Amino acid sequence: MEEVKEQLISLPRLGEPAPAFETVSTHGVLKLEDFKGSWLILFSHPADFTPVCTTEFIAFAEIFPELQKRGVELLGLSVDSVSSHIAWVRNVEEKTGVKIPFPIIADLSKEVSLAYGMIHPGQSKTETVRCVFIIDPNQIIRTILYYPLTTGRNMAEILRIIDALQTTDKNAVATPANWRPGDMVVVPPPNTQEMAEERIKQGYECVDWYLCKKKL
Amino acid sequence: MACVSPDGKPTESGTKMLRAIKSGMGSAEEIASSAGLPLFRVRSGLRELTQAGLANQKDDKYELSSKGTELLDSLST
Repeated sequence: MEEVKEQLISLPRLGEPAPAFETVSTHGVLKLEDFKGSWLILFSHPADFTPVCTTEFIAFAEIFPELQKRGVELLGLSVDSVSSHIAWVRNVEEKTGVKIPFPIIADLSKEVSLAYGMIHPGQSKTETVRCVFIIDPNQIIRTILYYPLTTGRNMAEILRIIDALQTTDKNAVATPANWRPGDMVVVPPPNTQEMAEERIKQGYECVDWYLCKKKL
Repeated sequence: MACVSPDGKPTESGTKMLRAIKSGMGSAEEIASSAGLPLFRVRSGLRELTQAGLANQKDDKYELSSKGTELLDSLST
């Protein structure tokens, strides 16, 4: 029987520890553990000096202050060199006036890209697709987003997810569809009949016992 | 390297970190707060400063080495 040579790589999944890395970036050698205690958005882009990526980097730089207020660090990645990254961010600043304040991984070896499943050969065999990994202060993966090469990411949605995750962690609640900060949140469903009956009396806004909302 | 230039001299952020260590800030968190740098940058930078022989680590605290002290003194003169 022919030996199967293809290496099976287990892709990261929600609720699991983010794969560790030590890698070169525009801010020096960084390890995942350097970000311990902070929220981290690790995101990949296909290549430097490309149009959609440039609009995304400007947009990430624009939400950077809002992310900092929420204790979130940003870390970009592509399969380009540090020199290319430096030249690109300098060009972006020169042409648009926007300074890119966060580090970018130069993943020429593709070590980080492969560990995080950022290369989708159906889209490109050499470039990373537009991935977003939201990693919590305990370095657990909390959200994974994949966008195709042709679609720039929505920064408002990324901020909304951060707000939702932090609200969930702080208040032990869930957030409904299209939730925005200030909206009512979903109370976790009861586990027993007794809890279901009590739930109705607790003054929540309930459609029925399994769907109750409250103000925070 | 982000904190130490190829000629062995600390960069601006490296100098801020060395000054913070000299002023008695021992842990990465204290150094980050004193130097006004993100914690991840300080953790990464402390590895560089240690490898360059400019700082020493004892448990989770950092102190200037004699080489680091000399270098910092030469920068301020």
